[in-house]
Formats: sequence, structure tokens, C-alpha cells
Amino acid sequence: MTRKLITETVMKYVLLVSALASMTIVLMIGVFTLKEGLPAFRELGLDDLLFGRTWRPGEGQFGVLSMIVGSGLVTIGAVAIGVPLALGAAIFLAEIAPKKIQGFVRPSIQLLAGIPSVVYGLFGMVVLVPLVRKIPAPGNAGYGLLAASLVLAVMVLPTIASVSEYAIRSVPKSFREGALAVGSTKWETITRVIMPAARSGIVSAIVLGLGRALGETIAMIMVIGNSVIMPTPSTANPLSLFLSRARTLTGNIAVEINYATGIHEDALFATGVVLFVLIMLVNSSARFLISSKRWD
Amino acid sequence: MNEPRIKSIDYSLYYGEFQALRNITVDIPRNRITAIIGPSGCGKSTFLRSFNRMNELIPSVRTEGRVLLDGENIFEQEVVNLRKKIGMVFQRPNPFPKSIFDNVAYGPRIHGRKDKSNLARIVETSLKSSALWEEVKDDLGRSALSLSGGQQQRLCIARALAVEPEVILMDEPASALDPVATLRIEELITTLKENYTIVIVTHNMQQAARVSDYTAFLLTDEARAGNLVEFGPTKEIFTTPKDKRTEDYISGRFG
Amino acid sequence: MRFMYTLRARKAQQSIAYGVLWLMAGISVAIMLLVVGYVVIEGFGKISLDFFTTSPRGGLSGEGGIYSTIVTTVLLVVVTMFIATPLGVCAGIFLVEYADYVKNKAVAFLVGLARFGVETLAGVPSIIFGLFGYALFVTAMGLGFSVLAAAMAGACLVIPVVIRTTEESLKTVPDSFREGSLALGASRWETVRKVILPSALPGVTTGLILSVGRIVSETAIFYVTLGGSYRTPNSLLSSGRTMALHVFYLAMETRAFDKAMATGAVLVALIVILNLIVNTISGRLSSEMK
Repeated sequence: MTRKLITETVMKYVLLVSALASMTIVLMIGVFTLKEGLPAFRELGLDDLLFGRTWRPGEGQFGVLSMIVGSGLVTIGAVAIGVPLALGAAIFLAEIAPKKIQGFVRPSIQLLAGIPSVVYGLFGMVVLVPLVRKIPAPGNAGYGLLAASLVLAVMVLPTIASVSEYAIRSVPKSFREGALAVGSTKWETITRVIMPAARSGIVSAIVLGLGRALGETIAMIMVIGNSVIMPTPSTANPLSLFLSRARTLTGNIAVEINYATGIHEDALFATGVVLFVLIMLVNSSARFLISSKRWD
Repeated sequence: MNEPRIKSIDYSLYYGEFQALRNITVDIPRNRITAIIGPSGCGKSTFLRSFNRMNELIPSVRTEGRVLLDGENIFEQEVVNLRKKIGMVFQRPNPFPKSIFDNVAYGPRIHGRKDKSNLARIVETSLKSSALWEEVKDDLGRSALSLSGGQQQRLCIARALAVEPEVILMDEPASALDPVATLRIEELITTLKENYTIVIVTHNMQQAARVSDYTAFLLTDEARAGNLVEFGPTKEIFTTPKDKRTEDYISGRFG
Repeated sequence: MRFMYTLRARKAQQSIAYGVLWLMAGISVAIMLLVVGYVVIEGFGKISLDFFTTSPRGGLSGEGGIYSTIVTTVLLVVVTMFIATPLGVCAGIFLVEYADYVKNKAVAFLVGLARFGVETLAGVPSIIFGLFGYALFVTAMGLGFSVLAAAMAGACLVIPVVIRTTEESLKTVPDSFREGSLALGASRWETVRKVILPSALPGVTTGLILSVGRIVSETAIFYVTLGGSYRTPNSLLSSGRTMALHVFYLAMETRAFDKAMATGAVLVALIVILNLIVNTISGRLSSEMK
């Protein structure tokens, strides 16, 4: 074999091995979290772990239900606030914004994506929490689901906006022309033809945002209050639920892992497994939605 | 010949600095089929898209001169109304990703027709006029994208007819279709002229000769702007053209 | 006339809708200005040169500057990128330049797995990388809370970023370049190294800068793998805290919000600069394409 051929073959395998690295990491993450988390599932039982309402490591109680609810509620809150903004911005950028304005709005939203989550958390603590504290309700300390949802809404906005804008822009020009040619106004073209055609892309943008929201850790720890309690409304208004403190699955892991031992540590890995499974479900449904519809 | 449906008077169009159409004056006769022919890049599609102001989708476009629809300047009209009166069929079939019914009902709905039985009637007549009814009447809920190319194009014609236009613009409507589907579209076009004024752009001269009553021949000048070389009854244009350039173009293509 | 009336209604509807869209976009921009403006104005007011040259003293008042955290951040970025760059770029090259020519069925299966791996990894939340890093690098491998352990966990986070941007920039290299080189008798690797990589370099660089940004901003992973010592690290096995982590400790433990805000302002400024670099490179790229 010539030297050239040897280099060629060696490089091919070097590249192949590198390509397999990410798969290996995924596998190892799966194996490690499962291996460490499995004892908790075995000893505590799936039922007690997933649906147990109390998490008291000192007393051997490790139910993550309140944290599943916490993560779920804060995600719903973030999406409820973030999606209208993100979709509005996406339609604006893709359909009606003048070029010059686009050149300002798009980088601004892109910059939102780059701001570190710890800075969002800090901003939340210093600015939002004192504002939320002004809402008169028993036990309202400012820290809680509302403040966390607001912070998280801003954090998922850029993802949802940019993926949606892309989806709207990929709708073929011919649909737009067809709609305008029968006398639609631009707005009718947007709502009746373009948005329905971009629907699957927009839904997957939102689902992608959901995945982001479920995975956020640091900003959540900083503003959500971290109490392991089942969020409940404090007044007659059911929305006061969002003034409740809570803890997310991600926060549970981060706050306790460094000092946990034994079954407590196993239970935290089990929390990781629950989180991982939730996010994989969400992300794979996004991938399914993206691949299910394409125009020529 | 009665009063023309569309008149363009000294009409020019620019893309930014570039002039694409120069001083075109032509009368499009009522309830006839007028073909616009010419080599590619001569501005025939641009000219066609002027009639329903579709060129305005391109931000840099600027126009001079006038285009009259029934004596009224189209640039002074509400563009939504204008496009309701002037329907368009595009080069590639572009049905919406909706059901057959919703495609045809789209126009009437946005123009304010909500009544179900009324809509159903409009859909049926439009599909019958576009000679698609027999093929799709059993399943109007089917996705329009599942139709063949030729059927899709006839659906697009039905979609245009459903808003009861007076004029139909066709931008090379058969260029993406196979010969059999092309023939069906051509037959359909000739039956439509009873009720509509039709303007069709085509690069296919046999097609122009087969379907049209009048022909406009466009050619680019030295500055690459489209000019009207000759306009007249199709028979005359194809047999006894007055202009040498028309003769060259037609004989070149036929020969 | 009824038709005119409905047309007027339709146009009014459009005007209102456009108004709402302008408002939504305006709010999005306002949020950015508010967050960045607040942090920068509040933060930079408290910054002096000392802030960059002294280390945190670790008292409860958050005395001292951020010198050691800058050192830790730089060290961590360097080590992380040292691990992630070769792996990510090589993987990207393989997936674009080689994967389609694989004939062996077993290898083709592995390639499919590799693609799946990249997609999955890109969706894994950072705390899972932290948890994994803590279990494997900190505990099982016995590295302890250290720059090395944190960098290995951090590499897992940015590898998919590097792979994806590498793939994208390789795909923009025209096939004629490949054919031209192969037709001259160059091997595939020679083609990649001498022709394709050089023209994809700006795009790959963008990916690397984005990754640096991710490491600088990341907090959760390092919270559970880096240990959080405020001292200047003296080896790869030292514990430490990055600037982002420092913000977290200042806000959550010492409650020194002014110092936290000042450090946050430095972070935001850094991210803005990295963003500008990326935009300049990709702006130049897209104008070259035209």
C-alpha cells in the first residue's frame, strides 16, 4: 500500500470514530443515569417515586410528583406568555416587516437567545420578583411560578420565533400568489393560507420551546423558590396557583446532587431519568412533526 | 368590435433602474381569447401580471402610463376588488394544501359568502365550468394535493371562476403539464370565452394559434425592455404578419 | 353597498392585526433592551479596573473582583474546546463527506446511529450533562470537582453544536470543488484537507465561537462538576468557578446583588461581542455567496 492510501484509510476510521462519539455519549448518559437511578426505582417502586407527593430525603420519602407538576406548570406558563409574542414576532419578520426593521428586530431576538440563563435568573430576582411580590395574596413572596414563567417565556421566545419564522418563510410563494390573485388581503392570505400551510413547522417550534423550557435549570432555581410543595391556589382565583412556590425536576437535581449519598443520590438520578424521558418524548414528537410535512 | 375590456395606454414598467416594458399600448377585446407571445425574457408574463397588479409583490417595481379595465384606471382601484374582477391561473398549478371544496370555496368565503348551500352551489358550478366536476364530485373533501397535475390546474381554474371574475389571466397554464392534460386545458379555455375575457401567455406558438382569437407579439429592444411589435387577429399575425420581426419569429419557430 | 362595507371591515381587520404584530415585535425588542440595558447600566456602574484584577475574597459581602473567575472561564473554555473541536469537526466531516459512500451494511447502520446520536444529544438538557459528568468524571473516574471533569461534561454540551455547524458549512461548498479535486487524482482526504476545509473554514469557525459562547454562559453543568472554589486554579484538577457560576453564587449565597450584576454585565458584554463576531463572519459569508 502506498502512503497515500494508508493515510486515506487511517483518516477514514479516525473520522468514523469521531462521528460515533456523540452516539457513545448518548449511550453512556443513558447507561449511567439508568444504572444510578435504577436502585431508587427498585427500592421505592415506580409508583411511589412518580406519584409520591412528598420529597423528604431525611425521612426516606422520594416522591417527585410535585416537581413534575412544578416543571409542567412553569412550562405551560412560559408557553402561554411566550408563544403569542414569538409567533407575532415571527409573522412580523416573515411577512410584513420592512427590510430595515427586520435588520434590527431579528438580531435583537437572536441576542435574547445568547444571554446566559444565570443573567436571566439574576434579572428575575432583582426586577421581576419584587414586582410579583406587589400582587396582594396570602403568602406571596414574589418567588414562584409566575416569576419563573415570565423569565422562561423570554428564554424560549427566540427559539420559537426563529423556527416559526423559518417555517413561515418555507411556505411556497405560489400559495401566496394564489390567495392574492382571488382578491385576499395580505392579512387574509396570512391567516387562511400561509399559517395553515406552516402549521406543522410552527407546532414543532412550540414543542421545541417546550423541550427548552423543561430543561432549564439555573434561572429556575433562582426565581421559583425551590420549595418542594404541591403548587396550590392561595385565593379563590385559580390563577393564584402561579403565585405558589415550586421546584422543577432540573432544580431538584442541581440543588441536592452535590451532597446527596446512598438512596438519596439514587433518587436524584431517578429524577434525571424522569426528566430525560419527558424531554425525549417532547423532542421526538417535534422531530416527527418536522419530518411529516414538506412542500415541493 | 365592441368596446375593449382592457386597454393599456403607453404603459411602462421598471424593476428598480431596469426598464422591463416600454410604452405598450394595446386593446384587449371583450369575450375573446388574446394570446401574448414572444421569446423568453421579453416581458410577456410581467405584462400579464400588470393587469391584476401582481407585480406589486416585488417592492422595487414602478410603473408609468395607464391600464384601463372597462374604462377605469386599475391603479386607482382597490387592489382587492380588482383581483376579484380579474382572476389568474399560474404557470405551475398552485392549489392550497386544503380539500378540493375548500380550495374552490376559498375566494367566495373571503369575499363574505358564509352560507353553506350557497357555497356548495358555487363550488359545483365552478367545478363544472372547469370540467373537473365529474372526476371529483364523489369526494370533495379529498386533499387537492392528491390530484394529478392537470386536475390541479383545472382546480385552480375553478378556484379563479368561483369569485365570478370578468377577466381570466393565464400565465403559461399548460407548460407544466403533459400533452393530454394540455389538450384538455386548451379545450376548457375555448369553452370559457363565451363568458369571460381571457388573456393567455404562452411560449408555445401552436397553442396560441389553436386557442386564441387575437395575438400580441412582444420583443425586447436594444435596452432589453419589452416592446409590443404587433397586435391583431391571430390568423393575420400567423399568416400575413405586417412586421418583419413577427414573420422572422413565427417562421423561425415553425421552420 | 354591502361588498364595500365588508371590504372596509376586512381592511380594518388587517390594520388592527398589523398593529398587534408590530406591537409583539416591539415588545420582543423592548424586552431585549430592558434586560441588556438594565444589566449593563446597573452593572457597569460598579466596575473599576480593580474589579478585573483582584480575586473574590470569599466573604459573605462578596468582596473582591472577578480575576480568578476570568482565569477559570478562559481555562475551562480552552480545555473544553480542545476536547470538542477535533471530535466535532471530524464527526461533521465524516457525516458530510464520507457517510454517503459507506458500502458496508454494519458501518451504514453505525452512521445512522451516529446521526441519531447528534440529534438526541442536541436536545439533552444541560443538567443531565451535569448529572452524567458528576457520576462519571467527578466520581467514577475520580477527577473530583475539577476543571478537567467540568470541561469533559461541557464538551458533551457543545459537540453537537460543532458537528451541526461543521456539517452545514461543508454542505455549502459546491460539489464542483470536490469533483475538480478528485478528478486530478487527489484522494478523498486530500480533497477534504486541501480544498473543502479551507473554503468551509469561516462557517466552522462560527460554530466554534458559538460553542465558546455556550460554555461561557453555561452554569448548571458547572454548578455540579466544577466545585465552585473562588481561588485561581493552578492545575486542571483544581476546583473553580466561572464568571457565570460566580454570578450564581453571589446572587444565591452571598446575596451580593450589585457584584452579581457587575459580573453579569461583563458576561453580557462578552456575549454581545461573540454575537457580533459571528454575525460579521456569516454576513461576509452570505455576501460572498452572492
